[in-house]
Amino acid sequence: MRYEKLLVAAGAAFFVGVVSAQEPGKPAPAFDLPASSAQAVRLADLKGRVVYVDFWASWCAPCKQSFPWMNDMQAKYGPKGLTIVGINVDKKREDADKFLAGTPAKFTVAFDTSGKVAQAYQPKGMPTSYLIGADGIVRAVHVGFRDKDKDELESELAAALSASGRK
Amino acid sequence: MKRLLLMVAVAVLAAGCESMPKVQPWEKGNLAKPEMAFDPDTLEARFADHTYFSKEGASGGAGVGGGGCGCN
Repeated sequence: MRYEKLLVAAGAAFFVGVVSAQEPGKPAPAFDLPASSAQAVRLADLKGRVVYVDFWASWCAPCKQSFPWMNDMQAKYGPKGLTIVGINVDKKREDADKFLAGTPAKFTVAFDTSGKVAQAYQPKGMPTSYLIGADGIVRAVHVGFRDKDKDELESELAAALSASGRK
Repeated sequence: MKRLLLMVAVAVLAAGCESMPKVQPWEKGNLAKPEMAFDPDTLEARFADHTYFSKEGASGGAGVGGGGCGCN
């Protein structure tokens, strides 16, 4: 009897600090972050557009590979209602700026130096992307970036855009 | 009171490092630095590894994949 209680206490301690991650079907957590442009980026301001949120870091090699692809996607689908927001999770802004000098981003880049937004989205690796539909609901989550993922990601983007009623 | 203390102590002990803040995937900037690698010199490590598996007659199993970004 006594040990049962001990076990319960020990078991409870294991689960402290477990936060549920973002999954498809859940509403995307709001964010308001300083951006590379003068204006801050707010998810609320992007309502009605399909938003591709990508968490990246200067120290992450696959992130570097994903940038040219995201530039292409922004150029191709931007006029159709897609906004790509690359959220940088570096603790120092300078690290991100150095990365961006060598790897230009032609999409919105936001800076989450405190890691608060990452905390809310719980990306499981770097990079992790969240495709958010025009209704503000997460449609797809993708961890990592490989060349072979490109087609699948693009078709998800296109599907989200056609579901939003834009063509 | 004693019992409660014991319970708390067991809970803390059983949880171990679990109760400490975990390094999250987006916080691995320091872990991804080159000086955090097991082998500081990749070329030398490969050379040593080559010597090793040539002697051993079997290769592989010497390392783990990944660059600290949790993407593998």
